Amino acid sequence: MALDKPYKNIPGTTIFDAEQSRKGYWLNQFCMSLMKADNRARFKADERAYLDEWPMTEEQKQGVLARDLNRCIAAGGNIYFLAKIGATDGKSFQQMAGSMTGMSEEEYRQMMIKGGRSVEGNRFLGEDGDAQSHRQPQGAAGRKGA
Amino acid sequence: MARITASVYTSHVPAIGAALDLGKSDEPYWKKVFDGYEFSKRWMRENKPDVVFLVYNDHANAFSLELIPTFAIGTAAEYEIADEGYGPRPVPKVIGHPELAAHIAQSVIQDDFDLTIVNRMPVDHGLTVPLSLMCGQPKAWPCPVIPFAVNVVQYPVPSGRRCFNLGRAIRKAVESYDEPLNVHIWGTGGMSHQLQGPRAGLINAEWDNRFLDRLIAEPEALSKMPHIEYVREAGSEGIELVMWLIARGAMSDNAPRVRHRFFHVPASNTAVGHLILENT
Repeated sequence: MALDKPYKNIPGTTIFDAEQSRKGYWLNQFCMSLMKADNRARFKADERAYLDEWPMTEEQKQGVLARDLNRCIAAGGNIYFLAKIGATDGKSFQQMAGSMTGMSEEEYRQMMIKGGRSVEGNRFLGEDGDAQSHRQPQGAAGRKGA
Repeated sequence: MARITASVYTSHVPAIGAALDLGKSDEPYWKKVFDGYEFSKRWMRENKPDVVFLVYNDHANAFSLELIPTFAIGTAAEYEIADEGYGPRPVPKVIGHPELAAHIAQSVIQDDFDLTIVNRMPVDHGLTVPLSLMCGQPKAWPCPVIPFAVNVVQYPVPSGRRCFNLGRAIRKAVESYDEPLNVHIWGTGGMSHQLQGPRAGLINAEWDNRFLDRLIAEPEALSKMPHIEYVREAGSEGIELVMWLIARGAMSDNAPRVRHRFFHVPASNTAVGHLILENT
């Protein structure tokens, strides 16, 4: 019998469960390696060569090279592991989280100061909140395309 | 006989630690956070415990995907400060209480909770930020700390119900320790926040405040809340709040005295919640 996964119907959210963890094992373990200063230096010197030392999928490597955290999460990454890439780049957690919304750093910061993103319309897939897929990217980037 | 006299609940946002370490605590943005802990630092000095039992989660620092313990109790004499990628926080090392920790491990495991016993575990911001908020920037932490790490990173995480009952088992364990120690138990993490995907930045202040009300008044009923409600209402990382139920379950069954309550949005991506409850 399949396991119940009620969290699959939340918009803009990937729950890091056993399935995602299995898929992202080497991506996340690569991230852990960046906790050592020597490895950070080697990664920065030649990112592609460093990534090629790991049995990651090409999609995972491309996600890392592009610093596209949504793509990394879809490929099994978990934000606490991916944060080691951000730390290597000197990014704060707010910069990393904001990068996944399409908003500029300042837009995201202002949203947080104003009380954060509302849960209204963002509880279930198919509602009309700002985290729903039809409203991406958010902020000025989204308005440009409209 | 040892006893638990009080519990403390607080968020453990890494940016709070960074703000303190970089001397930004007087900036208006951060002052609003730190002002909420002024009372707490005084209270901590006036009610200094002999040991803090500190419930927190590791954020892929001590534990990678190689090993994911659901509940891990630190029984070491001391703990180094983790390098989370930015260099270790400039805070004192954490001194443990191996005797009480081993006693609790033995008692709680015999009470059917399968703890993982850990003797080497660098501690990350989940543990050090609460210490900084409650103790400021001392040369040494005021008392020994027993780190208790809960997996809230890879699903499934333990249920609120299991956490609450584990707290009860910890209470029983502490009360059977011969030395007359004054023990505080802290539950950390939360409140509403989401750090991933297009829904990043989610905050639900109304839900958070209701959680605080219920944690004080009806923790056992609150412990029955399913995971999905935390995630849907308080964000994917809001699930950290199950850890508060461990601390609450360790308190006596009498209504606690609320010594302090604080709530503020935002600290970085997160709603900050804080309570001090004393046993009556």
